Amino acid sequence: MPETTIESCEVKRLEILSENGDADESLAPKFTDSQIRELYETLVRMRTFDGRALNLQREGRIGTYASILGQEAAQLGTAYALEKRDWIFPSFRENGVFVARGYEMYMILQYWGGDERGIKVPEDINMFPISIPVGTHMLHAVGAAMAAKYKEDKTVTLTYFGDGGTSEGDFHEAMNFAGVFQAPVVFICENNQWAISVPRARQTAAMTIAQKAFAYGFEGIQVDGNDIFAVYKATKSAVDKARSGGGPTLIECHTYRMSDHTTADDASRYRTKEEVEAWKEKDPILRLKRYMEKKGLWADSYGKQVDEDAKALVDEAVKKAEAVEKPKPQDMLVYTYKELTPRQKKQMGDF
Amino acid sequence: MATMNMVHAINLALKEEMQRDKDVVILGEDVGRDGGVFRVTEGLLEQFGEARVMDTPLAESGIVGTAIGMAVYGLKPVAEIQFMGFIYPAADQIFNHAARIRSRSRGRYSVPMVIRTPYGVGIRSPEHHSESSEAHFCHMPGIKVVVPSSPYYAKGLLISAIRDPDPVIFLESTRLYRMIKEDVPEGEYTVPLGKARIVQEGGQVTVISWGSMLQKTIKAIEGVDAEVIDLMTLNPFDEEAIFNSVKKTGRAVVVYEAPKTGGFGAEISASIAEDAMLYLKGPIKRVTGYDAVLPLPKLEDYYMPSTERIRKAIDEVMQY
Repeated sequence: MPETTIESCEVKRLEILSENGDADESLAPKFTDSQIRELYETLVRMRTFDGRALNLQREGRIGTYASILGQEAAQLGTAYALEKRDWIFPSFRENGVFVARGYEMYMILQYWGGDERGIKVPEDINMFPISIPVGTHMLHAVGAAMAAKYKEDKTVTLTYFGDGGTSEGDFHEAMNFAGVFQAPVVFICENNQWAISVPRARQTAAMTIAQKAFAYGFEGIQVDGNDIFAVYKATKSAVDKARSGGGPTLIECHTYRMSDHTTADDASRYRTKEEVEAWKEKDPILRLKRYMEKKGLWADSYGKQVDEDAKALVDEAVKKAEAVEKPKPQDMLVYTYKELTPRQKKQMGDF
Repeated sequence: MATMNMVHAINLALKEEMQRDKDVVILGEDVGRDGGVFRVTEGLLEQFGEARVMDTPLAESGIVGTAIGMAVYGLKPVAEIQFMGFIYPAADQIFNHAARIRSRSRGRYSVPMVIRTPYGVGIRSPEHHSESSEAHFCHMPGIKVVVPSSPYYAKGLLISAIRDPDPVIFLESTRLYRMIKEDVPEGEYTVPLGKARIVQEGGQVTVISWGSMLQKTIKAIEGVDAEVIDLMTLNPFDEEAIFNSVKKTGRAVVVYEAPKTGGFGAEISASIAEDAMLYLKGPIKRVTGYDAVLPLPKLEDYYMPSTERIRKAIDEVMQY
């Protein structure tokens, strides 16, 4: 009996918008001019928020914070492809996704400032609180997708994680359940090359993260994660497929964490300046700006106005976050269960 | 009213809750086609279909993690972990998520989920099939831990657990599954969580037990004026019932099959010492499994608390 090839896979990478702002129009999503501006303005708002959060941490006004610098297109391009009814299950680095979804920025600061009330997601936003244990929350997205399928809701769930998260066992279990149950879920790996100090090559010997999907029986694709057109297009296609019963997709957004892991980290201990510098030219916002210049959608006055508007919104958010009264100590007890236990009732007496 | 064992009583509870509420779904290893390795879910796949009775991949964290997602989305999943010794891969999901999502989201989201799992020694099984690790889960606020001791209470407690708005770990003694039969009503009745029951009233000594050890406790007290408490819910536990009884009897013995050190009996003993110490006539005694890795079948009868050991402890406290 001859040895035969019974299965093989191809790994595709999608790039649409080049570093110098040229787009492959045959692949580019059909955005209107106002949508392009909306994307640009949201990216700037995300970055402005992120920069301010870092400063607030340095000034001791909020606690440890995980920056999104460099990953804005991966976060917005994915979130933008969802409908309001769809559900997002974020990791801890999706502050930009919260901003993109219209989450009150003051609440994000309130949360990172140490107040759980900041992550009490408003009723009209289908988003889960951030998940800090790496990789564990993808299973929740899969379970919610299975529930949506059972209820015939046509809702899609989408979950974010990093390259480090793909090494966790729960990543395997989530991908496996998603494939077996054909759950309407989209997996977004923000491959930002570093899991604190451990480089991407130490997470997997596979050439790409995208290819892991094939082992679970569904499609995976790598996109230039700093190219908002490519990120959006791949996500939209995955979301449409999931909604129409086509099952899950894994999208690897190939990007870079420009900042430290969190404010408690110093990335200069483990990576070179040259490496970081090389990624600056790939910046997702700069790239969209160059595209807009070429398309005649740009004026310096517009750029200035967008920056000022973002700054004003973030200023207001900071003011609002810092004006929030401290939570009551009883809060730590009352949300443990739907009702207080007899012992908790006694413990409430301490306050 | 039919007479049935605990397997049938639990099966009946699942069936009736699934008939009542289409949001109740079952998932786990072998729960569908095989009806569960103990046959607890037998017939449910045929009756409710594979959209509601899901044979999952062999992955405990996956079972509990996806159940959390389902619960958050609005279903009421009943997940089965095939044996308690295999629950540990899911501990991350239970401790870091199921227990905390209500608090983390300040009440926006909750996890109305039940994790059923067989536990305990006494059925001559291989390693890892006899664990009684309830104490780990009682140390995690946000989780409820329930342990029925008979078919009637298993059904009523499971219905309450399924309807409970918070995550419940529901421990089913493998030794009890087919050991005792009793009258179990068809149709709806509930046994409230968080409440103990007085199995037998008495005036001289309080003996507190749960799950698999209750039958042995009842045998051990013959001829003694003992009050027997079946705790039923370990977290949150009914401390009032215990205090009221100990204040009356002045003596306390706690019986459970887990290792002694750090077991839930330590919590009960400490609680009595804190709040009812002045009513005690003598020391509190714990009759437990040993501080040993659970033995294989040749030694399990030595490990498990016997009626003699329980009786000896009772006789000792009666000296005071």
